[in-house]
Amino acid sequence: MTMEALAVPAVRAADVIHPLVVRITHWINAIAMVVMLGSGWRIWNNEPIFDYYFPVWATLGGDPAASQDLHNELGLASALQWHFAGMWLLVINGLIYFIYGLLSGHFRRAFFPVSPRAFLRDLLAAFSFRLPHHPGAYNAVQKALYLGVLTAGIVMVLSGLAIWKPGQFQELAWLFGGFDIARLVHFLGMSAIVLFLIVHVSLVVIVPKTLPSMITGRARVHADVANQM
Amino acid sequence: MHPNPLNDILRNGETARPIARRGFLKGSLSLGSLTLLTGCDVTHTDEVQAVLNGMSQWNDRIQAALFNPHRLMPTYAEEKAVKDFRYNAYYGEDKVPKIDGASYRLILSGLVDNRKPWSLTELYALPQASQITRLVCVEGWSMIGKWSGVPLRTFLQRIGGDLTAKYVGFECADGYYSSIDMASALHPQTLLTFRISDEILAPKYGYPLRLRIPTKLGFKNPKWITAMYVTNRFPGGFWEDRGYNWFSGV
Repeated sequence: MTMEALAVPAVRAADVIHPLVVRITHWINAIAMVVMLGSGWRIWNNEPIFDYYFPVWATLGGDPAASQDLHNELGLASALQWHFAGMWLLVINGLIYFIYGLLSGHFRRAFFPVSPRAFLRDLLAAFSFRLPHHPGAYNAVQKALYLGVLTAGIVMVLSGLAIWKPGQFQELAWLFGGFDIARLVHFLGMSAIVLFLIVHVSLVVIVPKTLPSMITGRARVHADVANQM
Repeated sequence: MHPNPLNDILRNGETARPIARRGFLKGSLSLGSLTLLTGCDVTHTDEVQAVLNGMSQWNDRIQAALFNPHRLMPTYAEEKAVKDFRYNAYYGEDKVPKIDGASYRLILSGLVDNRKPWSLTELYALPQASQITRLVCVEGWSMIGKWSGVPLRTFLQRIGGDLTAKYVGFECADGYYSSIDMASALHPQTLLTFRISDEILAPKYGYPLRLRIPTKLGFKNPKWITAMYVTNRFPGGFWEDRGYNWFSGV
């Protein structure tokens, strides 16, 4: 124990708050998100459901003008290649994360218990800037958001499979209400994930000390939290 | 309008294909991807493209494994079939090939016992089948239509095609070309079609002969077919050589 630690007895020396598997899969997933969102937006632009087009600079799949000159298509082919290569990264990484989370008890410890009452309480506290951040323990709003985005991720993979193979996986497509509704669900799931990312990244900007701990895994943990770990 | 070398590529046929692919490699990373994938070396464009092509070939194998030759694609009631089907090609409707039915011959080549060319009269005399299925386009739209014609399996048997060969390839009057795996070619819903909505195909729908293969994306359903061949050599395809996934199973 250092002198500093002794001087502040409520805080222990850095504890591992994010397990190694969670950190690795988190950053691989971040890469997969960039690939899937960028290429997915390019694919969307080719045949949008609503009259909305994503800005080309934010999309992935080559220079549309060059592609148009060469083979009369606005970079859809390359975007599809990115999307269907990225899906393997997303799904394999996601499977590792889910299997680890379920078997290690990480999900149970990190995301539960969570109740609507606690969610409302913490949400109101957050909006009045009275919600303290305790590294190593999620508040109810965080728990709900993480559970929500994981659910959205599962919906994205399933709706994606239904769009990719509405024939071979026709039961899945049927569950979504058919090919067209599966496409809509795939878009809405993407929107939910993007909304989550906006909140997620904004909070990291507001509380920057959370960023290094997602790399090193370590953070100074309040004694109350440490006792629960 | 951008100057479009596509027509030159088409006219030059085989020799121009590597050029098209080279251009595709160059065009594959944009400002968008560079700003997103920070740390990606610009000079590694070809390596990135090689990885993407490799993944696409891996996806071909996965899809071939997922493909169930006995699984039928969903069929729909007669009234669901769209009469005014969407026209789709990489050029405008005014440039659609106009084929004279009387002088038309379907040319056969490759691993086929009887390579006698087929006239329309002879083709129309073959056993016919109808289907109301969904055509799913790679772009994301889909449409239900009614197609009629001869099952490709029946035709391949009739001409003595080698059913153990790997691929069936098609060439079209507009320079388009495509190919499918033998398992998909023998699927009971794969048809060489002469009719849409019970009427002889209009020129814009591929008169006189169009492949209808509901187990694959729309661009694997070539129109204005003038030649068909059976082969063990990977034939590729017009869009497939420009980066679309080759198997493209639905």
